[in-house]
Amino acid sequence: MITIQNLHKSFGRNQVLQGIDLTLQRQGAITAVLGPNGSGKTTLIKCLLGMVIPNEGQICFAGKPVAKQWEYRAQIDYLPQIARFPENLRVREIIRLLQQIRGPHTRDQELIALFGLSPYLDKPLGSLSGGTKQKVNLTLAFMYDSPIVILDEPTAGLDPVALIHLKDLLAREKARGKMILVTTHIMSLVEELADEIVFLLEGHIYFRGTIAELKEQCNEEDFERAIAGILTRPAQPIAAPEQVGPKPDKASLPFIPQPTTH
Amino acid sequence: MIHQNSPLAQKIVLISMILCCSGGWAGAQKTWVVCPDCPTPQIRQAITLAAPGDRIEIQTGDYHETNLVIDKPLHLQGIGQPVLHGETGNEIMIIASDSVRIEGLHFQSVPRSHLKDLAALRVQRKQHFIIRDNTFDDTFFAIYLEHAQYGEIENNRITGRAVTENSSGNGIHAWYCENLCIANNQVARHRDGIYLEFVNNSDITGNYSTGNIRYGLHFMFSNDNQYEHNTFRDNGAGVAVMFSKRINMRSNLFDHNWGRSSYGLLLKEIYDAEITENLFSNNTIAIHLEGAGRISYQHNTLERNGWAVRISGGCVENRFSDNKFLHNTMDVVLNGRMNDNSLAGNYWSEYTGYDLNHDGRGDIPFRPVKLFSYVISQAPESILLLRSLFIDLLNFSEKVNPAFTPADLTDPSPLMQAL
Amino acid sequence: MFKIMQYSFFDLMRSRWSYSYFGFFFLFTSALLWLSGDIAKVVISLLNVILILCPLIATMFGVMYYYNSREFTELLLAQPVKRIAIFWGQFLGLGFSLSLSLLLGIGIPFLAYGLLASMEIWHFSILLFNGVVLSFIFAGLSFLIALRYENRIRGFGLAILVWLFFAVLYDGFFLLLVMHFREYPLEKVALAATLLNPIDLSRILVLLQLDVSALMGYTGAVLQRFFGSGLGSILTLTSLVVWTTLPLLAIRWVAERKDF
Repeated sequence: MITIQNLHKSFGRNQVLQGIDLTLQRQGAITAVLGPNGSGKTTLIKCLLGMVIPNEGQICFAGKPVAKQWEYRAQIDYLPQIARFPENLRVREIIRLLQQIRGPHTRDQELIALFGLSPYLDKPLGSLSGGTKQKVNLTLAFMYDSPIVILDEPTAGLDPVALIHLKDLLAREKARGKMILVTTHIMSLVEELADEIVFLLEGHIYFRGTIAELKEQCNEEDFERAIAGILTRPAQPIAAPEQVGPKPDKASLPFIPQPTTH
Repeated sequence: MIHQNSPLAQKIVLISMILCCSGGWAGAQKTWVVCPDCPTPQIRQAITLAAPGDRIEIQTGDYHETNLVIDKPLHLQGIGQPVLHGETGNEIMIIASDSVRIEGLHFQSVPRSHLKDLAALRVQRKQHFIIRDNTFDDTFFAIYLEHAQYGEIENNRITGRAVTENSSGNGIHAWYCENLCIANNQVARHRDGIYLEFVNNSDITGNYSTGNIRYGLHFMFSNDNQYEHNTFRDNGAGVAVMFSKRINMRSNLFDHNWGRSSYGLLLKEIYDAEITENLFSNNTIAIHLEGAGRISYQHNTLERNGWAVRISGGCVENRFSDNKFLHNTMDVVLNGRMNDNSLAGNYWSEYTGYDLNHDGRGDIPFRPVKLFSYVISQAPESILLLRSLFIDLLNFSEKVNPAFTPADLTDPSPLMQAL
Repeated sequence: MFKIMQYSFFDLMRSRWSYSYFGFFFLFTSALLWLSGDIAKVVISLLNVILILCPLIATMFGVMYYYNSREFTELLLAQPVKRIAIFWGQFLGLGFSLSLSLLLGIGIPFLAYGLLASMEIWHFSILLFNGVVLSFIFAGLSFLIALRYENRIRGFGLAILVWLFFAVLYDGFFLLLVMHFREYPLEKVALAATLLNPIDLSRILVLLQLDVSALMGYTGAVLQRFFGSGLGSILTLTSLVVWTTLPLLAIRWVAERKDF
């Protein structure tokens, strides 16, 4: 459903994405995009949403390039990383605004009940706490029953109860056959929910596969240690462009740990 | 010995003449009635029949008679404003005798002429005439006085149709006259409302002059005159005083003489005048001085004019004191040097100084010249910046630290309160 | 676009900035009216304030509003909406909220004072029209600057600089030019220079209405003839339209190439 080919993006001299090829088509699955800070997770997601314009490469949605298009976004629910809203609008109004942009089909009542937002509906957004804002953010993201859901750090600022609600919600959405893309730093969440992980490092896809595959590659029983293992090792991605030889299909290449260089 | 020119002497002569005339013919005085259905339907007929000192009563009606020469002392009295119509190339009435009195007539339409200054009513070399309560409508020149003396022109309504300066005449035009009294007339829409050339010892009082193309009142080579309590409104310029001496101007209103080169009062080559208690409001330039000398300006109010006072070259000994300058765009503009003109002890609405010793005078001098007015005189296009923030800043910095405006142009003792 | 405009508008109208802006005009105009009592004079006094303050406030609000709603903009960008609709919508919301504060702040005291009974209503309308146009022009310019520069301090600085340029420096350069080339006939150049600065243009338009043109001597007459003529009116309107649309087009150009 989503095809990314040879995606490059740099901000000034900082080359954030250096040739990403990725195809996402499994429905009813959660894909976690992982990687250290600055590895291009958010940039990748923003490219997908058309917020960042790639230097090179192409993204196709349902077979059509997305460049300069906007209608396809009706198929995507998005949760941005930082929840900041116009301070003087009320919660109710911002929900209505989104409804007016995207049409009336909505399940806002259900989500408001789920996150316990009803007392806050008539409060200005500027007066809400960070966690409550994140709940509003989640409500806005899930309000539309779109086939694709993209969540950028969905757990930020959430209290444990809300976190459980979120996990339940994700599981339910997955069961309903949605394609869900998450970036997060909470490894337990990934381990619990993700069917597949995409690991970005220095602008390349370093690993793609299931958690089990990753553990196997790393010879680690523990998922978090496996991830930490990748990060502490100054590893070069196997399919780095500088490498000589035929260019392998990164997405399907097994992960081989590199020896340390020092 | 009473001097011939003194006002008292004039009055005595005038009164005795009137008494003498009316008394002399009192027994014989007869009244002739002219009306369209009367035995004498024509004014000309009545003039011929009448004896000196008789009275001719002209009843309501239309009279188409022109060049009526009044060659003996008569009193023409209109009853119900009879209308005397003019015709092309002719004047309506000529006073050719002393002691003629014209009252209550309506002079209608003297077509303009390019060859002669045709007037509705002309006075030639005569004295002791009275022209009172008449109406002049659409007459090229309304009242034309040449070499006339001791005349009263009072309470007439004079309305012209002037369009351009060259094709129009003056309302009241006096040339080589003495001892006139022009009072309480309304003069509108002529070239000059009242024009005085070589006219001396005359009073112009209580007139209302408006909508005239050139000047409301115009003095040329005329000395020892005074004008008081007149209103000059919406004229090309209110009053122009040129090449004249000893003019006393008091308690007049100069209002809204507004246009691209408009003045309230234009003074050119004039000496020894007094300008007192006048009000100048909403004129483009309230007072413009050019070659004016030994003039005192006191207790005048100048408010909301474009330029309150503009002093051009050759002005000496102009003394401004106790005047009020209120909300003018520019208070004083000086082209040239200050010389010995002075501005001391006036009230300036823009003055922001203080009075620590409470003597009613500001402790720091006021500089009425703004840098911007200097800039405009240098580069007229800069007028486009009028009222812009930059100009405000410029004016302010100049005020704080004068560098361009003449240092001696100050009011050293500005009044704190408008009196 | 209109939905976004509407929401930006409501958001801004509820901010305390809008209230202070409204309050300032309201108090200032009321004070002027009741202290001086002369509508014509108040219009002149307001002219200076409007010519300086409207652009300044529009500039500050524009930059501030853009930076403050940065994250919300991102949320909107992820929605099925055209990019440019978001920015134009926010710009229009800003422009209308500024204009409403201005119109109410000045209009209410005038109406309460009995403007309708006076002859000054035309001058007053021209004044307000210019205030509104200036608000839109400078809101557009500041939006453009904020969009172009992610760095808030740089964006703020540049926006203030742009305001300073048009409000003050431009006139300074103009004066230098006129003084330097005073031997040459500069009327056409001067007119062109006026058309190129929206603040100057507004000021001249109001002054011409206020009958002050008679003060302006020969140049004033040239001016009045120019602005009164068909060509002058067309050029004036064109200049104002260009000044309003140019930032909008530039906003589109930048927005469509920008990464968020």
